[in-house]
Amino acid sequence: MNNDTLQHKMRELRNQFPTLNQTVYGRPLVYLDNAATTQKPQRVIDSVTEYYTKWNANIHRGAHFLANASTEKFEATRSALAEMLHANFREEIIFTQGSTDSVNMLSTILENEVEEGDEIWVTEMEHHANFVPWQVLAEKKKAVFRYIPMTPSGEWDMDYAKRELGSKAKIVAFNYVSNALGTINPVQELIALAKSAGAYVVIDGAQAVAHFDINVQALNCDFFLFSAHKMYGPTGLGVLWGKKELLEKLPPYRYGGEMIRKVSVTGTTFNELPFKYEAGTPNIEAVIAFNESISFCKEVGRADMHKHELHLLKLATEELRKIEGATIYADLENKVGVLSFNVEGIHSADIGTLLDQQGVAVRTGHHCTQPLWEKLGTTGSVRASFACYNTVEDVELFIAALNKSVNMLR
Amino acid sequence: MIEQKQQEIIEEFAFFEEWMHKYEHIIELGKEMKGLTDDEKKDDLLVAGCQSKVWLKASLQSNGTIHFEADSDAIITRGLVALVIGVFNEETPDEILKANIHFMNDIGLVSNLSQTRSNGLAAMVKQILLYATVFQAQQKSN
Repeated sequence: MNNDTLQHKMRELRNQFPTLNQTVYGRPLVYLDNAATTQKPQRVIDSVTEYYTKWNANIHRGAHFLANASTEKFEATRSALAEMLHANFREEIIFTQGSTDSVNMLSTILENEVEEGDEIWVTEMEHHANFVPWQVLAEKKKAVFRYIPMTPSGEWDMDYAKRELGSKAKIVAFNYVSNALGTINPVQELIALAKSAGAYVVIDGAQAVAHFDINVQALNCDFFLFSAHKMYGPTGLGVLWGKKELLEKLPPYRYGGEMIRKVSVTGTTFNELPFKYEAGTPNIEAVIAFNESISFCKEVGRADMHKHELHLLKLATEELRKIEGATIYADLENKVGVLSFNVEGIHSADIGTLLDQQGVAVRTGHHCTQPLWEKLGTTGSVRASFACYNTVEDVELFIAALNKSVNMLR
Repeated sequence: MIEQKQQEIIEEFAFFEEWMHKYEHIIELGKEMKGLTDDEKKDDLLVAGCQSKVWLKASLQSNGTIHFEADSDAIITRGLVALVIGVFNEETPDEILKANIHFMNDIGLVSNLSQTRSNGLAAMVKQILLYATVFQAQQKSN
């Protein structure tokens, strides 16, 4: 697809997102905070409404029409996810509350696998959600918490990893794409390294799933997790995929309804996968509506989305380079549409405030990756992140607003 | 008097019709504020809960009023900080604790002070009230 056709296709998409069609402070909204959360297409919004209008019933247990209908829709999303991730078994898909919840679940159920002196590895680039739970687990089990350093260019130091990551490694957890910088990491290489060390491999795919296709079998990782809301889906819903043999072996995480097989005063037996890990009534409407996001991404095509977002990133990067004193972090080829930057002598929060006044939504600060910024010698950045519905006009408005902000602040 | 100082700020800001002019004025206030020296910017003076750093220093003077000095690493926050300490400066703990602080809303900078975690104003006002409470207790025990 040539660039003009692609631009046209994406412009059409924009009409499906009602939140984008509004003004803030009397100016057209330019939403460039997509790495934090994406807006939702009308079909997702309609699905939530439809669920409460037509299908509301608790799933898996009621012997009545509505319960069966909602269960069917709920489980259809699980099947769609298994297909999306190329999972071997649909029961390998566990619904959680989000990526943070998924990591916390993993760091809890893997507890007994870790012994004193084992190494738990992350990278210096991780979101705190894929950093702190492992750090706490290491402390608790007297394991050694280690990390792969990040280079000043915003990439993993793979030489260090090759040198240091060996048979003591028990768990290796890392992000596919950096939330703060947009770097697409060489996960295949690290998975191979971690696997040959005999470690469990956990991939945080939160920033990946909206931009390119994922095949968990080809990746050969053990666990892959992400949040629905960063993939045009509802908030409060996450996905944890894990290899069946591991999820069957590992202990339950939360105890309660749904996840039990039989309870008696002398003991309790637990339900099979995936219910073993889904205690309590889940976020039913989010799961059902998420199926629409999955279809949306499939129909539009992630390859086209990514290509379009990179086009916008390129335009914005070229314009940003013209601003005196601008530093662009991870100015790399292999990225998603994330532009993370600072302007010399100006605090990122000040730029964010003035951009906001002009209708431009970006994120400022440390983006929950403090070790990363410490490495880069600063405390945070301005982050503009693009999604499929952003346009060339969005980039132009953003750059014009940025120039105005910088002039005011100098 | 705290109420009078708030009214003056409200009148001053009523003059600006454009958001830009309002912010240009705040940036100007930030640049003009004396602030703290690098040596004075100690971590124990940091106000928790702000995205940009805010340092706040307070001392009880012999005439019974409090003298505040503050700084921030972000210029807009610095301007807002200048406005806030301008209102509370050289007032007694009693006056500060019974004051109704409304000027931030009235000048249209924040629609809800308690929710603006990003510019740290709520945390800063809270810290000022905390200082006033401590100094009030000190005055009573003396």
